[in-house]
Amino acid sequence: MHIVDGVLSMPVLLGSGVLALAGVGLGLRALDESSIPRAGLLTAAFFSVSLIHIPLGPTSAHLLLTGLMGVLLGWAVFPAICVGLLLQALFFGYGGVTVLGANTLNLALPALLFGLAGRAVLARLRPAALSWWVMPLGALVGAGAFAGSALLVAGSLAASGEGFWAAARLALIAQLPVALIEAVVTAAALRLLWTVRPELLARPARAC
Amino acid sequence: MPGSRAGAASRGPDPRVRLLCCLGWALVVVGLEGWAALSAALLAGVLLTRWAGIAPRRLVRLVLVFEGLMLLTLGLLPFTVPGQPLWQGGGLVLSEQGLTLAGVIAARASAVALVTLALLAGVGADGLGAALRALRVPGALIELLLLSARYLDVLAREQTRLRAAMRARAFRPRSDLHTLTSYGFLVGMLLVRALERAERVGAAMRCRGYAGRMPLPELAPLRGADLGFAVGFALLLAVLMVLEHG
Repeated sequence: MHIVDGVLSMPVLLGSGVLALAGVGLGLRALDESSIPRAGLLTAAFFSVSLIHIPLGPTSAHLLLTGLMGVLLGWAVFPAICVGLLLQALFFGYGGVTVLGANTLNLALPALLFGLAGRAVLARLRPAALSWWVMPLGALVGAGAFAGSALLVAGSLAASGEGFWAAARLALIAQLPVALIEAVVTAAALRLLWTVRPELLARPARAC
Repeated sequence: MPGSRAGAASRGPDPRVRLLCCLGWALVVVGLEGWAALSAALLAGVLLTRWAGIAPRRLVRLVLVFEGLMLLTLGLLPFTVPGQPLWQGGGLVLSEQGLTLAGVIAARASAVALVTLALLAGVGADGLGAALRALRVPGALIELLLLSARYLDVLAREQTRLRAAMRARAFRPRSDLHTLTSYGFLVGMLLVRALERAERVGAAMRCRGYAGRMPLPELAPLRGADLGFAVGFALLLAVLMVLEHG
């Protein structure tokens, strides 16, 4: 889910860079000095969660949980993911300088759409509703945001050159089990949040 | 490491110069195609990490992790790109064009990663924040960067504690539903703790006069040495361009 430097063509880099810039700009307008600490700590929490490796047969997969980020952060998910990618470049030596825009867009756009939709459904749920009810919603948000990102990654590779088309399709198939993992983990995490701190999820989606 | 305060005051070129050099390097290197220029870029990348004082052992570990990632993302290319077959077997065709493409991309990505590490790892989050502010990046994005860099290892330690509690209840990760829901509850609990901490952190910040702008180390005016570094770096980029097009 992480495109490295030197793969994408110039038009794809520029196009997704401009869109990511717009998304980050809109996300920053949703933040004020009272919500910045929350957004900062959530970014750090999701970054540390992404270091969890889950055994998957002989290999392992690591969590992204961008759908859950979208539910909790709303529009602020754009700057949050951008910051996460910057930290990754800075402290883990993964580079990703020219693809910062493309990676931000590919991860944040599906997270935003599924997050806002999930938030709208949660706002209609009665606070006393049983926590089981939020699990299918969490699964949908988790799998949807992940699948959306996988499609965008494959799309930006395919748009960069025909040579990448077959590899992108294979990578897409390889991501399927990870989408299921994201679905189950997001569902369980959302259920816990709904049980422990329902007020975080029930009120209408504000800035963050 | 995240949250360290060594940052902006550390020796060497100014963070602004480092950041701009890093951007220029990335933009030039992702456009390279010839092996002469790419090998020179890789060599320069390794030498720059030595100059930055990154221990060889740490460098080898980082490079191994990074190349593993590259193998995952690029490993299929030699087989999926059509072209002159080099090897055939089991229904697979290894094409020359595919192998070259994968090699070129791996070289570009590694050269960018090495130089990013060399130029920026020593700057620290606050140095980077100060440089970004000098380059007119919106303040809220910088605050977000500083806060998450500061609390990353706090929350990672919180996560270690939660996982120790799970282990104490005989939890062992496997490939099953129970493992996934348990990790989901772990994530949810970590988020609850993070949000509660955010309330305390926010209150503490406001009570110390925070109004949307965090104090950052003032960057000293650019010195001759900084400009010298920038000129030297521009010469390096020029050499790469000559190797590519000359």
